[in-house]
Amino acid sequence: MDNTPTSSAADRFPAGRLAFPHRDLTGIGQLERHEILYLLDQAAQWVELNRQRTKHTELLSGLTIINAFFENSTRTLLSFEIAGKRLGADVVNMHAAQSSVKKGETLIDTAITLNAMRADAIVIRHGSSGATQLIADKVDCPVLNAGDGQHEHPTQGLLDALALREALAQQGRGSRDALADFTGLTITICGDILHSRVARSNILCLQAMGASVRLCSPPALMPRGVEAMGAQPFHDFDAALDGSDVVMMLRLQSERMAGQFIPSAREYHHLYGLTRERLKRAAPDALVMHPGPMNRGVEIDSDVADMLDRSIITSQVEMGVAIRMACLDVLTRSARGVEGWS
Amino acid sequence: MKQARPLTITGGKLVTPGGVEAGALRMADGLIEAVGADVSARDGDEVIDAKGKLIAPGIVDFGVFAVDKPAFHFGGITRAALMPDQSPPLDYPSRVNYIAKSGKPDLWVHPLAAATRGLEGAELAEIALMRDAGARGVATGRKWIADSGVMLRLCQYAAMLGLVVVAHAEDSGIAGEAAATAGEVATRLGLPSAPAEAETLALARDIAIAEMSGARVHFRQVTTAAGFDLVRSAKARGVSVTCGITPAHFMLSDLATADFRTFTRLSPPLRSEADRQAARAAIADGTVDVILSGHDPRGPEDKRLPFADAAPGMAGAETLLAMVLGLVRDEVIDLGRAFDLLAANPARLLGVEAGALEVGREADVALIDPDAPWFVDRTKMEATADNTPFDRQGAQGRVRALIKGGVLVEL
Repeated sequence: MDNTPTSSAADRFPAGRLAFPHRDLTGIGQLERHEILYLLDQAAQWVELNRQRTKHTELLSGLTIINAFFENSTRTLLSFEIAGKRLGADVVNMHAAQSSVKKGETLIDTAITLNAMRADAIVIRHGSSGATQLIADKVDCPVLNAGDGQHEHPTQGLLDALALREALAQQGRGSRDALADFTGLTITICGDILHSRVARSNILCLQAMGASVRLCSPPALMPRGVEAMGAQPFHDFDAALDGSDVVMMLRLQSERMAGQFIPSAREYHHLYGLTRERLKRAAPDALVMHPGPMNRGVEIDSDVADMLDRSIITSQVEMGVAIRMACLDVLTRSARGVEGWS
Repeated sequence: MKQARPLTITGGKLVTPGGVEAGALRMADGLIEAVGADVSARDGDEVIDAKGKLIAPGIVDFGVFAVDKPAFHFGGITRAALMPDQSPPLDYPSRVNYIAKSGKPDLWVHPLAAATRGLEGAELAEIALMRDAGARGVATGRKWIADSGVMLRLCQYAAMLGLVVVAHAEDSGIAGEAAATAGEVATRLGLPSAPAEAETLALARDIAIAEMSGARVHFRQVTTAAGFDLVRSAKARGVSVTCGITPAHFMLSDLATADFRTFTRLSPPLRSEADRQAARAAIADGTVDVILSGHDPRGPEDKRLPFADAAPGMAGAETLLAMVLGLVRDEVIDLGRAFDLLAANPARLLGVEAGALEVGREADVALIDPDAPWFVDRTKMEATADNTPFDRQGAQGRVRALIKGGVLVEL
């Protein structure tokens, strides 16, 4: 498989810092289309590296990256940790699992503490929307949002775009060109849209890349104003699936299935579970995505999740490491004195 | 401090219930003794030359959360009705009695008694004892009383005692832990949000209860188009309901929250632009009775937090007058109506003889330069905290002198 971009980035994107002028990555909402494409393009080389036996460079050698996770996470934390280590950085994980007590001033104090330890990049996950921005305003180094409350999870949006572009190219429906986008594609995101930062980052990212986005959930889990964001809301999953080129299922938190939002898990599966039968309503080669971790048998059936030709769920995980490497590389270029980036 | 000798303000523009006219105001024994074009100072009077500025009633701020004298005086506020949401709550007669004396002599604080013990919304507090200890109204506090039976019994009881019931109109089942109004902005920011109809539902129920019980019910804040419609039609039917609003809700919409700025985290939350426009229309057409500061100073430990974790509230006392004078300049209301909203109406709700430049009323007077330009600067505020949503905005209108009970207040 050829993962080299068909054109070099140099002649397709603005030079140096102009290609990505942000100090932090707090959300897809802050990015222009060409900046998204630039990060995807930069990730391609790391996809390649990650498939070699020796998955290591010294690009970020000597830099300290702190993964400050105020909310439990296994996959995202692991992905960021691997990304930092493969780039040669010193990676430190800080688990500060949140108690129910409001830890606000502690959050600012933590930011100031991390700053005083002279981190070169800080990756934040926090349970409150806007927490990453709050920390970014208080520190001197780049801050990457690894998920803040129900606001955004930008690297998830980017990795989904990368995985999707790769899969479309493999199917012969798209290309690996640095400027290839999703124009003409209909993508359905189904699940707990209301509480999902993954959904928000994906709506923004996929639309910026030209796709039309459908959202599907029961009314209680559909936020207001999604039409104003350009997305089309559905409550009937079959109707939403009709003609969709991609189906992205979201995880439904178990506490939401106990009667507050949804009567039961099996009732949710009855209305919104992606089964092999339901998938037939989508376009013939429709791709299936899920940000993980999956509730098999609830929002997605195992035989759909494991379909080799349609499910790109494991590719999403693979692209995640590459995307995070690209983000860490790009955001630290200024500090590393890379030509054109200071 | 009792007024030692008569005080006359000459050469000003008087803002009276009858309109705005050039004239003078004479105060003696703490009361307004004469007001009008033909009034002049007598021998032995202390005299202040207004130099053409406005002579207006001192502001009666209906529903603040803290007694913050420097900020109130800066803003021309001579009386404030204090919400019962104190620590501990004003649900006990001795606390009410203490608060009722706390600002004197140059600021009168009118306690609003807690409607229920601990403001829990379950058991009625000792409202009659608190009335006799100085409470001028009874308030549900920051929250709605969810139990309709409790609210009905409260209103019946308050009606018997002749106390106004100050209600918070937000259905708690729908509002939950929401920090924003459901809509595009809250969705983009990922903030826990509740539909604006949380207000409509609460108003509809409490208007029905006001009608059943005959109580005077005052909604401290109404903030939505549908809410104003309900109040408007209830008033037209003759139901004894009134409502207020803070400048935040007629100056700002939820767009102001777009950068997670916690100084715009309010309760109720900022609404849509359409609701903001409806608020201005409701102020213009008489649906709104009171404009209040909602003064709720909050330090960094409450505000330097992620948006949803921050405490709601704004330090509003210093900007209240300037924002209302802005409505006058925008021709939403005239000067007379501005001071009905700021002083006369809240004074009437509290049952105090103040709030208007009329003979026999308390001599609470503000001398105002209505056009004086200034910048709101949170680093230079008089309030105990700097949480203004209007930071770095231009404003017009400053208090040049303040008189409480005929005595000049030091600003």
